[in-house]
Amino acid sequence: MERKIRVLIAKPGLDGHDRGAKVIARALRDAGMEVIYTGLRQTPEQIVSAAIQEDVDVIGLSILSGAHNHLFPRVVELLKQSGAENVLVFGGGVIPEEDIPFLKSKGIAEVFGPGTPTSKTIEFIRANLKRPLN
Amino acid sequence: MTDLEKLEQDFNTWTTKVEKANEKYPERKKQFVTGSNAPVKRVYTPLDQKDFDYEKKLGLPGEFPYTRGVQPTMYRGRLWTMRQYAGFGTAEESNARYKYLLEQGQTGLSVAFDLPTQIGYDSDHPLSEGEVGKVGVAIDSLADMETLFGGIPLDKVSTSMTINAPAAVLLAMYIAVAEKQGVSADKLNGTIQNDILKEYIARGTYIFPPAPSMRLITDIFEYCAKNVPNWNTISISGYHIREAGSTAVQEVAFTLADGIAYVEAAIKAGLDVDEFGPRLSFFFNAHNDLFEEVAKFRAARRVWAHIMRDRFGAKNPKSWMLRFHTQTGGSTLTAQQPDNNIIRVTLQALAAVLGGTQSLHTNSRDEALALPTEEAVRIALRTQQIIAYESGVAETVDPLAGSYYVESLTDRIETEVLQYIKRIDDLGGAVKAIEQGYIQQEIQDSAYAWQMDVEKNERIIVGLNKFQVKENPPKGLLRVDPAVGERQKQKLAALRSSRDQGAVNATLAALRNAARSADNLMFPILEAVKAYATLGEICGVLREEFGEYKPNVMF
Amino acid sequence: MYDLIRRCIEGDVRAVARLITLLESGDREAYAALYRLKDHAGRAQVIGITGPPGAGKSTLADKLIAQFRSRGLKVGVLAVDPSSPFSGGAILGDRLRMQGHATDPGVFIRSLAARGSLGGISKATHAAIRVLDAAGYDIVLVETVGVGQSEIDIVRVADMVVLVSVPGLGDDIQVIKAGIMEIGDIFVVNKADRDGADRVVREIRAMLELQAQLKRGQTPEGGPDTLAARAPEFLHHTGLAEGWQPKAGNESGAPGEKESITTPKPGVLPEAGTVSAALVNQEAGTISAALIIPPVLKTIAETGDGVKELADAIFSHFETLSRTGELERKRLESIRYQLGQFVSNEIVHLMSLPELAAAQDELAHKVFSRKMDVYSAGIALFHTIIEQGASHEHPQA
Ligand code: B12
Ligand SMILES: Nc1nc2c(ncn2[C@@H]2O[C@H](COP(=O)(O)OP(=O)(O)OP(=O)(O)O)[C@@H](O)[C@H]2O)c(=O)[nH]1
Ligand SMILES: [Mg+2]
Repeated sequence: MERKIRVLIAKPGLDGHDRGAKVIARALRDAGMEVIYTGLRQTPEQIVSAAIQEDVDVIGLSILSGAHNHLFPRVVELLKQSGAENVLVFGGGVIPEEDIPFLKSKGIAEVFGPGTPTSKTIEFIRANLKRPLN
Repeated sequence: MTDLEKLEQDFNTWTTKVEKANEKYPERKKQFVTGSNAPVKRVYTPLDQKDFDYEKKLGLPGEFPYTRGVQPTMYRGRLWTMRQYAGFGTAEESNARYKYLLEQGQTGLSVAFDLPTQIGYDSDHPLSEGEVGKVGVAIDSLADMETLFGGIPLDKVSTSMTINAPAAVLLAMYIAVAEKQGVSADKLNGTIQNDILKEYIARGTYIFPPAPSMRLITDIFEYCAKNVPNWNTISISGYHIREAGSTAVQEVAFTLADGIAYVEAAIKAGLDVDEFGPRLSFFFNAHNDLFEEVAKFRAARRVWAHIMRDRFGAKNPKSWMLRFHTQTGGSTLTAQQPDNNIIRVTLQALAAVLGGTQSLHTNSRDEALALPTEEAVRIALRTQQIIAYESGVAETVDPLAGSYYVESLTDRIETEVLQYIKRIDDLGGAVKAIEQGYIQQEIQDSAYAWQMDVEKNERIIVGLNKFQVKENPPKGLLRVDPAVGERQKQKLAALRSSRDQGAVNATLAALRNAARSADNLMFPILEAVKAYATLGEICGVLREEFGEYKPNVMF
Repeated sequence: MYDLIRRCIEGDVRAVARLITLLESGDREAYAALYRLKDHAGRAQVIGITGPPGAGKSTLADKLIAQFRSRGLKVGVLAVDPSSPFSGGAILGDRLRMQGHATDPGVFIRSLAARGSLGGISKATHAAIRVLDAAGYDIVLVETVGVGQSEIDIVRVADMVVLVSVPGLGDDIQVIKAGIMEIGDIFVVNKADRDGADRVVREIRAMLELQAQLKRGQTPEGGPDTLAARAPEFLHHTGLAEGWQPKAGNESGAPGEKESITTPKPGVLPEAGTVSAALVNQEAGTISAALIIPPVLKTIAETGDGVKELADAIFSHFETLSRTGELERKRLESIRYQLGQFVSNEIVHLMSLPELAAAQDELAHKVFSRKMDVYSAGIALFHTIIEQGASHEHPQA
């Protein structure tokens, strides 16, 4: 039997823009994935321990308030510390293109900005899972 | 045969003819819809306004039910207030931006606070890490507020502050700064957003649960009615609801439902509806569908006038008037081909003006990229000025009235808004509906439907899913200096070591006691602020006493 | 697999999480390896929380976790949410309310999608409970899908079920429909800050008493003189009522069970070994579930009011269950059920094997061409399954 893809969609920091994160969560569900949404104001620590307990394949981070350079890398770092490197971490939101190389160098697999079709996000997940589905 | 019967006959014949021709030359779409997915007919005629009653539905400008506007002469008397929402970094930087905007002809200030401030955390709180000064100005104490308004005479400007959960604290700081400038509170003009319900619904900077939050709000109503009579004590906001993805109808319906909840809370707290009613103000969005948006504003005024007069028995006409600020729709603006946004904003600003707004913020073309640069803000402001001074639309009142289409849209929006309000009443009012997640879910459904429509190209967004071009990454975006956080922390440390700690402790203890009693919290908050207690300390006491809100998220 | 199991037993969170994933995806090797847990399992107290959608189950779970933690217990939570019948995907929202405990090493929260199961829990729930049990969680809370009437599978996996209802669900109390009433060991009327909570409490009590009376009439131990009938009196005299009924006049006032103080209501049976021991022995010797009238409590999960009392009631009920032998009976019953489930799952699995699919196909054709009737074909197929099953290699071996 094939495993379901499990995804944690998280809003790190104080940012309250959740329209995009909720749209993504729903689109992933409609693509057959199991999505855990943690709500607003999550610390990287909370996100990582939820990801581990939920044994997700993917963490999707959403930030529109500009704190991405601070918060995204922290999540990857904590995952490493917990030995959970096989979780795919990517993100989206309002993130200047010039910040993307830095985020990628910190282990964020991809960053999707405004106007990205959710189908692209779905494809990206399917193509980049770090664990096989069966 | 009456004229209408004759018309009906002609209309039917005409329709048959047109449908026939359609078989050969079909219309562009099978079903035409507005920006909010309401069906649009081929043409509107008097048949769509069979029961049109001018006096009842429209009335004259400045008269019940205010469909045509809240002032008799509208922009012939005074143009709307041009008010750009701004603020970032430290108080010094924002102060400089405000002075620049005033020099550019802006007529009111609009303060954006950073997220820690909006959520009641000081800049040195662990959760503030990485967020200080990022999306607004960081205010930790009265000292920052003194800097923010340094050199700006508070009796000469009107200031709008987008602050909600800790609104009482920021208002207290504003009053205290004015006092230091020698300006008494009764000379102050401005608005605090102070609308917690839409924070739960759509904006996310809540702190306390509904009951104590509503108490803070009614305490402000009461305090201001007596001490700051020209202050708009609340700006009941549909803007954020719409930005979270709602339709136009939902924007009005949920906003007015929130309004009803505030009025009920205030009445329950023993206030007279005509005492605070005139100080209620609203805040709406303007999206691209010009006619639907204009109709929305007109319908909102009409519905609110009836609610205040008929439901709450308000006697003062000022209580019946729905006065509102408008901001153009940020979520309609694209990161792709950002200059196109200037045109979108023009359409939206036009809708706001044709809809009779009292003040207006026009978004900048770099909306989807970063906080706006000075240049982008100037273009946005110029857009308003061109509409005001060159387009001619401000020269007469409510110029679209009487259009069969616009009146039909207005009626439809009114009907659907009333249906939603009824549904929310049945659920036990806006607070209950929010607690149950009903309102949030309605909005999410609309947001998702919109996204899917765009992805299926059922909605065309120019430059996004049609007419795309290859683009280079945008240059010259505004960047907030990441050192702001450190600077702000240092300032805060200095303040904490230099202030009279005894006075801080005493005023905070008094605040705690008041929180446990039924006393008006504005007084102890004002005392604490003047003793340079920080925003985080004041909200911290209230957090301990009131607890924190846990949102209900449903899909 | 061996390594994974060992790490689970040591309480390694990642291993626990991974093993549950394997179980959820029906990994046969993982199921087969579960036997290695047996020496480490059986200690956890398994509590089901069920009730209609939005009743406050997750909020209550969040507050119960805090209660259990303050008593030094490690808590595992399995929260089941529905899967979309269209896409098979799910948005699992229960965790949201418990996320405050995310970083507490003594708490493990796992969201499970129902994946087509209709009984309120997912197929893997039972196995996941055993994993948490073996990993050293003292309490395992299982929150069911809030689907209303049909989430009765929870009784099959939990030692005790907390049935949550709320005021204002309509004219009749939704939870009190045939069948559902039976599964509650403890009744909670949540959202007691709303109007009508007292009425719901009264109605539930009336129903419970009616139910008890009916049972008394039917069971051989029945009759007006049974313990159940006299339980209120005992509680009153022994003060045991305090064990599960919140004291009146607690600070917020709202969820205080004022009513219960003036008119003591039936509660759990006095424990064997206390005042009532003689009576317990005097009866047939075993105490059936029919004699334990469940307590009804009010809570405001949002503020935590009444939750301490709920935790107390849970513990005291546990004690009753184990003293009366009811716990043993329930667990045995559950094992019997699991055995049945296992066998039918196994048959379903066998039928999906190519050999059997072919046999089934052949028989179907025979029925179609009227060479056989469907019943004898069925019996023939069944026998083939049994034979195949015997020879089929099982990973456990
Ligand atoms: C809508 C909106 C709001 C709404 C939010 C409603 C809600 N509940 O979400 C409201 C009006 C409440 C709001 C408020 C504020 N906003 Co605002 N807002 C926007 C706006 C206009 C659109 C965002 C949006 O929802 N778009 C639609 C959704 C579907 O798209 P999206 O979120 O971008 O998501 C897509 C992609 O980014 C990506 N994606 C997003 N997340 C993820 C995650 C993963 C895992 C993946 C794969 C992909 C992905 O996929 C999505 C689908 O395409 C943007 C500007 C813009 N046009 O982008 C400003 C913007 C984000 N806001 C901004 C600001 C400053 C604020 C405020 C902080 C202002 C203030 N000082 O008070 C407030 C406070 C909000 C808060 N609590 O944090 C700034 C941020 C500046 C910055 N980063 O430098 C922006 C950029 C506007 C601007 N230029 O000034 N805002
Ligand atoms: N007024 C009030 N609201 C409550 C109380 N407990 C929970 N709620 C609210 O009820 C809503 C649903 O709570 P949940 O805990 O998610 O309910 P649930 O039963 O787990 O819901 P599902 O898992 O979706 O079936 C939330 O908005 C809670 O805040 C309470 O005691 N009083
Ligand atoms: Mg739940």
